[in-house]
Amino acid sequence: MDRRDLLKTMGAAAGTVLVTPVLQAESRQDATAESVATAEPVGILVDTTKCIGCRTCEWACADAHKDAGVEFPEEVDFSVERTTSEKQWTVVNRYETEKGTIYAKKQCMHCLQPACAAACLTRAMQKSSAGPVTWTEDRCMGCRFCMVSCPFDMPKFEYHSAVPRIQKCVMCAERLAEGKRPACVENCPAGALTFGPRSELVEQARQRIYADPDNYVHQVYGEHEVGGTGWLYLASVPFEQLGFRADLGTTPFPTYTREFLYAVPVVLTVVPPFLLALSRASRPRAAAQVDEHEEEGNR
Amino acid sequence: MTAVSQSRRTLVGAELRRFGRFMLHELKPKGRVLTPFNLISGAIMLVAVVLLAIRFAKGLGAITNLSQDYPWGFWIGFDVITGVAFAGGAYVLTFMVYILGQEKYHPIVRVTVLNGFLAYVFYAGALLLDLGRPWRVINPIIGNSFGVSSVLFLVAWHFMLYMMAEFVEFSPAVAEWLGWHRVRRVLAGLTLGAVIFGITLSLLHQSGLGALYLMARDKIHPLWYSEFIPILFLVSSIFAGLSMVIFEGSITHNVFRHRVGSALHASHDDIVVGLARIAAGTMFVYLFLQLLVFVHGQRWSYLGTGLGAWYLLEMVGLVALPAALFIYGYRGRDLRVIRAAAVLTLLGIVLNRLNVSIIGFKWYAPVRYVPSWMEIEVTLAVIAAELWVFRWVVNRMPVLGTAMELVREAPARQARAGVLAA
Repeated sequence: MDRRDLLKTMGAAAGTVLVTPVLQAESRQDATAESVATAEPVGILVDTTKCIGCRTCEWACADAHKDAGVEFPEEVDFSVERTTSEKQWTVVNRYETEKGTIYAKKQCMHCLQPACAAACLTRAMQKSSAGPVTWTEDRCMGCRFCMVSCPFDMPKFEYHSAVPRIQKCVMCAERLAEGKRPACVENCPAGALTFGPRSELVEQARQRIYADPDNYVHQVYGEHEVGGTGWLYLASVPFEQLGFRADLGTTPFPTYTREFLYAVPVVLTVVPPFLLALSRASRPRAAAQVDEHEEEGNR
Repeated sequence: MTAVSQSRRTLVGAELRRFGRFMLHELKPKGRVLTPFNLISGAIMLVAVVLLAIRFAKGLGAITNLSQDYPWGFWIGFDVITGVAFAGGAYVLTFMVYILGQEKYHPIVRVTVLNGFLAYVFYAGALLLDLGRPWRVINPIIGNSFGVSSVLFLVAWHFMLYMMAEFVEFSPAVAEWLGWHRVRRVLAGLTLGAVIFGITLSLLHQSGLGALYLMARDKIHPLWYSEFIPILFLVSSIFAGLSMVIFEGSITHNVFRHRVGSALHASHDDIVVGLARIAAGTMFVYLFLQLLVFVHGQRWSYLGTGLGAWYLLEMVGLVALPAALFIYGYRGRDLRVIRAAAVLTLLGIVLNRLNVSIIGFKWYAPVRYVPSWMEIEVTLAVIAAELWVFRWVVNRMPVLGTAMELVREAPARQARAGVLAA
């Protein structure tokens, strides 16, 4: 092997070494995702059978997040299904169902393994071990891949700002840090919202279903959906009737790209040496000889 | 002692002045300035400058139709996702020439690599226009926040590294243009390494662009979503790139006739016919994969719908038909049929990438996204700017022929130069 080829091989090897930290970082990432799932994140249980549609939660949210630009619309038209927006992190919708009128509050679900955080290439969107999924302004580059990936379409973007932000419910992370409950839970007059460690909320939800089996469908929405969400829902009718997607499956969304990402270091280590070997094998003999003569001449 | 260093200093000074004069001379346009092409493309670029000023002052919503439902529109779906597939010719051709040793295709390697490099530079540029906070674009690079679990992290790094690899591949032409012969030898020695690195990166980010949509599984119409999107994107980038090489070649070969070297001139038809054959082969592989995905995904029931007809148009009309045309053109050595097939193939790729990223994306949404005229205008401006830079390079550096013959024949050929010589 002559000097030039040695250099090329070393180049390929250097590429491989550069990849290794990514591989290790990835396994680190996995470890944190698991510890999040096994630790005790907090969550909120929404009992839609108790919600009276007063929209106090919307008002409380706007009041708590005035500085972030959250607003409270005084008048709303309940006949159209509203979505959250960059100015409204939570909305209450009215649904006409087989069991009459039911109200349901919607906001970011704070998934246990969020697609948005897995999608974020700057780690601006992050799941904290305490439970909330939050966004960090100085990291975000505004690519909106979180919006493409989120199965619930919750991250919203400020399209009419020169310095746009991603806006969504943050589960009042700053209030949680002070030991307080989220503003919406604190202010709900109907007792429809319960805050606590997620595992206890799951227990409580099941208890309510068992205690009153005729009044609830036997499912806690968010217990298994997309691998589990921080917000959990109880309802008296199938959840599709309340505008929830029933087709999301129980696989955590980051899993869908994991295989591809695992293939990356493999491709980066296996393909270059293979290509180098192929190029040497396919080099015409005459050309190889000319090369050697050149080297001779140089010496 | 001082006299020696002084004379050396004046020598360096003279050399720098000479270099400065050379650059000033080369920066000037080399042909008529007021051609219809220049006027139209110049106007498009001026309008885009105004539009982009508005966009950066008032936000993306001021000139785009993007919405909370459609975070990615025409700039991503066409400029980036489709454009990068079109730029796939560079990795395919460098693979054929440097790895498989098919010297027949050597004369078009440089122009293809140049096209690929410029495509990436300008599409990455278009990506910056689409970013809400482009000044943070260095964040995933400088390491204060590595989001290694993100496919986009991979794609961003690969774009950057691949641009460098392609520049290294092209750099001998720059050195020849500047007359730096020793530098050229060093750079030429790096070519194989850059090629190997570039092909590996391409395999990953061509498929990575498809992998971006893996988490949007519930938002894309089932006819276009499958977990095999990365593989489908990779395989289709091969014939997309080759079709673009055929299409671009047929234009550059005429427009830059005075810059085409004897080697390319002699073998151009052979090359096109050979490329057509390879394109047809990969298209049949692609069709087979699509068929597997179709059966595996149990998509029969969707064929009766409007989008089902749209899907058939893409698969039959813009993949199977051009594949057959490629074979027909290859058998009869009919360049016109091959070019028609290339154009159809390119349309099929545009359709496929837009179907995944825009048309089939949130196909159930009550308000669908349609790009604004301003988004399309800016896209045209990006293409126009790329063409200007491409023309500038081709008219100065030995891209389509070797340096020696271009220097020798330049004056005579330039006299014959056509409309686009600038």
